[in-house]
Amino acid sequence: MEHQTWDVIIDARKAGGRASLKSIWKYRDLLWLLVRRDFVSFYKQTVLGPVWFFIKPVFSSIVYLFIFGELAGLSSDGIPPILFYVSGLTAWSYFSETVLLTSNVLKTNAPIFGKVYFPRLIMPLSILLSNMVKLAIQLLLIFVLMAYYILFQDIGGFELTILMVPAIIIIIALQAFGTGLFVASISIKYRDISMLIGYALQLGLFITPVVFPLSSTTGKFNLLLSLNPMTQPIELFKYAFFGTGSFSVFDITYMILVTLLLVFLGVYAFNKAEKTFVDTV
Amino acid sequence: MSTAISLENISKAYQLGVFNTGSFSSDLGRWWALKRGKEDPYLKIGEENDRATKSSSSIVWSLKDLSFDIQQGESVGIIGRNGAGKSTLLKVLSQITHPTTGQLRLKGKVASLLEVGTGFHPELTGRDNVFLNGAILGMRKEEIKQKFDEIVAFSGVERYIDTPVKRYSSGMYVRLAFAVAAHLESDILIVDEVLAVGDADFQKKCLGKMNELGEGAGRTILFVSHNMSSIKALCEKSIFLEKGKVHTIGDTNSVISTYLNAYAPSRSSEGFIEKGKSLHNNGEAHFTRFLPVKNGEACSEFFFGELPELLIEIDANTTLEDAVFTVFLSSIYGETIAMFTPNDYQPTKVDEGITKIKVQINEVLMPGDYLFNLAVSKYSNGESIDFVESVGDLRIMKESSKDQKDYPWNVIHGYIKPRSNWVFQK
Repeated sequence: MEHQTWDVIIDARKAGGRASLKSIWKYRDLLWLLVRRDFVSFYKQTVLGPVWFFIKPVFSSIVYLFIFGELAGLSSDGIPPILFYVSGLTAWSYFSETVLLTSNVLKTNAPIFGKVYFPRLIMPLSILLSNMVKLAIQLLLIFVLMAYYILFQDIGGFELTILMVPAIIIIIALQAFGTGLFVASISIKYRDISMLIGYALQLGLFITPVVFPLSSTTGKFNLLLSLNPMTQPIELFKYAFFGTGSFSVFDITYMILVTLLLVFLGVYAFNKAEKTFVDTV
Repeated sequence: MSTAISLENISKAYQLGVFNTGSFSSDLGRWWALKRGKEDPYLKIGEENDRATKSSSSIVWSLKDLSFDIQQGESVGIIGRNGAGKSTLLKVLSQITHPTTGQLRLKGKVASLLEVGTGFHPELTGRDNVFLNGAILGMRKEEIKQKFDEIVAFSGVERYIDTPVKRYSSGMYVRLAFAVAAHLESDILIVDEVLAVGDADFQKKCLGKMNELGEGAGRTILFVSHNMSSIKALCEKSIFLEKGKVHTIGDTNSVISTYLNAYAPSRSSEGFIEKGKSLHNNGEAHFTRFLPVKNGEACSEFFFGELPELLIEIDANTTLEDAVFTVFLSSIYGETIAMFTPNDYQPTKVDEGITKIKVQINEVLMPGDYLFNLAVSKYSNGESIDFVESVGDLRIMKESSKDQKDYPWNVIHGYIKPRSNWVFQK
């Protein structure tokens, strides 16, 4: 009896999280099935189906183009305005939608989490991935628009910098993941946070160079923007496509460090919170 | 044989009431106390979980210092009243929530069925949901693929397997959901009262399947139910929880009778009848007490097959020369089912003062709840002396006492099982 090996040991005194990479790997099929579920159920019973993935960025780009480009007359860094808005908003909305969904992951999945155990991180990971599938489809839109401009509007071709795109997306994904998990963990007990996060993200759009280039800002506002860890990925994203944007080696180091910190904080808080959150939801 | 589940001083505390600004300040206090290496000031050790008495602290201990081991291959029933901690125990065992204190060790793959169809998505087809639900329960995709045909056949919804489950009837939904669960391979299976769904046929099929898996594959089963018959059918060993602690642990039959006896006497009162309860009264006498008894003690819950005895007390103001007593058995809906009376309406002489009457019922009553009406009248002219309605509640359970057979069916036909003789001829 003394020499028995156990598969699961739960000790109330130990504070650490229980989800290991190994256990997540065991549930990889579930992860994939959840991504598939999100994707399939999204366009069930719609006529346009996956086309809806395009409609949203196009529509909001037109709105922002009108407000910021036409009415406010903001610069688009020499990039055709529609391309500038579509690319910025696509990257930003991946971030903000992932944060928003992830921050509610415990609440929305409480019925499942309250009935069965599987590594809880599977759920936020599935959000991350299904939004990434959506993003991949939206990237096609950017490519199509660019191809149009290259062929008919006489702007430069695709640069090799485009190969940076996957890396930038991973940075954005990780930041969204960390932020979302952190917010999710504290909002179980303090619902106020989940009310605030929507506003915070709306505000975030304006302290990130999404609808205006970083180069057009000066002074304190410029400083504020460069402290925002989402500034560099968005600038890099545009740079990858159009070759314009401003950043330094320092900026990139800062971005990577903050990203790692966010992921660490988020996963730590989430692992701590998920152990007993079903009691308080 | 080795230990599959081992619990050591497992406790679980819940915070009662609402979370608000107050909880923020107590969080700060708790954080500060824990920082200095002190105990959580908001957890008062030693309080127990009793819903009836309001405690000063807002913490309730749903489980308190539970320690027991379960051997591999055992099937164990968990019984207890509502709020005894059964569900909390299942949640801790299935790792849904963390215990507040103690250590839990499990050996082998654990599958918990606290609900069937967890994660079913209404828009997805039956097929997609089988895969999704299976994966949520911990199956690999390959495993589900292998068993898919078997699962669908078991559920009996082949025709609708490519239809979104939102168009399923609730019965089909449950069948499909249970079919997935029934094919789950695990070393430890934790089951809540999920069997309380589906029709009788399907329930039987599920119980059979689980029994088969339990005995054949040597898997450990933990089963929570209010239905003593299913516990008896499934589990050789049982745990009776009370106020978050183990009351009794041992062989199922004896634990069940301990459980039933623990609560039976508390339901019955002393059986005194207030004077104002009479419907007719001519002032000569009135019933003062009525109660069903078992072995000389007040009892309102009887096992199926037990013959209740009734104790009646009447207080007479004068001597009654020719009193005729009648006891009417009535359903809780007020319908009179049977009448008990001394042989041939034999009139009895009742002296002034209190007289005790004992009535032994000699017929087996069917499981259910019953009430009584009492009447006493004069034999000579039929004048009613006293008449009271709805006294002495009595319950006959589906379970029978130790060695006899339980009431075997789901549906209860009639109220009385009169003795009868049967002759079969070819």
